[in-house]
Amino acid sequence: MKKYLLKGNEAIAEAAVRAGCRLFFGYPITPSTEIIEYMAKHLPAVNGTFVQAESEVSAINMCFGAAGAGVRVMTASSSPGISLMQEGLSYIAANELPVVVVNIVRAGPGLGGLGPSQADYFQATKGGGHGDYRLIVLAPSTVQELVNLTQDAFDLADLYRNPVMIMADGILGQMMEPVVFQERETRQLPAKDWATTGAEGRPRNTITSYSLQNEIGEANCLRWEAKYRSIAAAEQRWEQYMTDDAAYLMVAYGTTARIAKAAVQMARKEGIKVGLLRPITLWPFPVDGFKSLQGQIKGYLSVELSAGQMIEDVRLATNCSAPVHLCNRQGGMVPAPEEVLERFKEVFPAAAAAV
Amino acid sequence: MKEVFKRTGALTDAPFHYCPGCTHGIIHRLVAENLEELNLLGKAIGVTPVGCAGFCQQYFNIDMQGAAHGRAPAVATGIKRALPDRFVFTYQGDGDLASIGIAEVMHAAARGENITTIFVNNAIYGMTGGQMAPTTLPGQKTSTSPFGREPSVAGYPLDMPKIIAQIQGAAYVASVSVDSPKNVLQAKKAIRQAFEYQLAGRGFTFVSVLSTCPTNWGMSPVKALEWLRENMMKNYTLGVLKDAAAQ
Amino acid sequence: MAKGTVEVDKLRCKGCSICVEVCPQKVLNLSKEPNPKGYYYARQADPDNCTGCAMCALMCPDVAIRIWRQASGN
Repeated sequence: MKKYLLKGNEAIAEAAVRAGCRLFFGYPITPSTEIIEYMAKHLPAVNGTFVQAESEVSAINMCFGAAGAGVRVMTASSSPGISLMQEGLSYIAANELPVVVVNIVRAGPGLGGLGPSQADYFQATKGGGHGDYRLIVLAPSTVQELVNLTQDAFDLADLYRNPVMIMADGILGQMMEPVVFQERETRQLPAKDWATTGAEGRPRNTITSYSLQNEIGEANCLRWEAKYRSIAAAEQRWEQYMTDDAAYLMVAYGTTARIAKAAVQMARKEGIKVGLLRPITLWPFPVDGFKSLQGQIKGYLSVELSAGQMIEDVRLATNCSAPVHLCNRQGGMVPAPEEVLERFKEVFPAAAAAV
Repeated sequence: MKEVFKRTGALTDAPFHYCPGCTHGIIHRLVAENLEELNLLGKAIGVTPVGCAGFCQQYFNIDMQGAAHGRAPAVATGIKRALPDRFVFTYQGDGDLASIGIAEVMHAAARGENITTIFVNNAIYGMTGGQMAPTTLPGQKTSTSPFGREPSVAGYPLDMPKIIAQIQGAAYVASVSVDSPKNVLQAKKAIRQAFEYQLAGRGFTFVSVLSTCPTNWGMSPVKALEWLRENMMKNYTLGVLKDAAAQ
Repeated sequence: MAKGTVEVDKLRCKGCSICVEVCPQKVLNLSKEPNPKGYYYARQADPDNCTGCAMCALMCPDVAIRIWRQASGN
């Protein structure tokens, strides 16, 4: 199979084109800009359309319209731009429209910095805009996984009629790694008979989230809640690394999972029985992965580029059955594997002493 | 006797929820009749605003999407780019279009987006109960300009059709009113022209319709029509402000 | 003999009286009894003078009016 050496952002864009994405609406923002540049350059060749929107607010609403018309559509941005998209995402979730959104996260809050960050975790996994809804959030940690998960994202969006976010950062977006574009098995996806395409030959379709009747409002919420539960049951994804005999567990996703993996390897050389659980879906959070290990784990270390956000989900997933500690850097800074291991030994001195 | 006027089939049977005398209903009819006469019911997709017309999906016998406040031109852009051979229009009020959604409409016009925007201007926020709009006239009393709109504090009204007419991508811009039978006929013609231009692929078309809000203006429906004539029509000039094909 | 006739859908009518005012022949007025929604609906009070000009229908905000007119030549 042919290998390509691609930058992460370009890999996302090419994977989207290969997944049948024919419409892209975006607004430039570092460090995600290569995605919209790639789409501007490559969509016309496949009879696709790229529109540079006047703002992220407009870009996400263009996605709303196109998804409502039944076409595969994507946008990409970085943290401040994603904040501007929250209104649209709430409407997209409420109208159950399949839209894929890429967030190449940068350090915040405010204008922040361009460095890698995972500080948008709460925003991505807890809804983000107004109302009670969820995005499916995918967190790749290699360029190959950026490709695979981007292709999956379109299927998941269509299958569940739900917005899907691919969350990475500037390191993954700028990193070059070899990738292959595998033939994928076609998933059975429901027909988009709800789309507004002109009512010729069928009853008219309307896409709206507005109701002044509270009874209807509650019925909608219950329907969405049931959908989110079914997604949570069926779509949790995670990777376990050196967990078979692990007494301790590092938890990390995306960029920090790469670092934590190196830290686990260093610890193992010292004889410390620590493994890694890498969430691939941030929502639904891979609770089942934690459950399968719960009896054997004496302590967890959540490695994050934030003040500690995923750590709350780790505590919930483990019912606080063992101590959960944080190892973090912020504002665009990244810990070295040595730093992670040092922090691990600091919070779990018994682990090192047991060797 | 021959039936010469009946309710268009492009409107559903649902009774309008608008207040008595609100001229949204007239404008709905004009849009619907044009859709029917141009045989567009099977290929039209309408985009609705937030505001009094936010429920108008119930009334048009076509596919429709409900946009977030002010975003209808962006949503319509997404639909039109996805399905370029369909007919796409937005129906928006003055708060939706001229305030929170001014970027969306200006840039849809600038792109020459091949859609039509029907802009209903009644110089007030109706749905939220009569607050100042970007098109509220100087001196006009609203619940957030209770002493009358004072330009030194609250600035001046925006004349949207004049602004849109300056944009190169706009192919047709008209300013009409529904205060009288004659002007209603003119309004219908302007909407027809805009729709035909979209069908011909000429670019962005915009019809501003001066409308009433008897409830929040605090007048009878008949008085509101008079007030519209005497005040709004003096501030917002009627006519075809741009016709790229004629130029 | 009337040249035209007006039928107001009394369930749709909200009694705004725009049609009553706009009618050049003054053939319409409002009912004394309200419709089920509580509105005093418009009705044809002087049917003989209706010309079927349809100005009332053009101005009706609730699209509640139908008009018939004598075919020309009759």
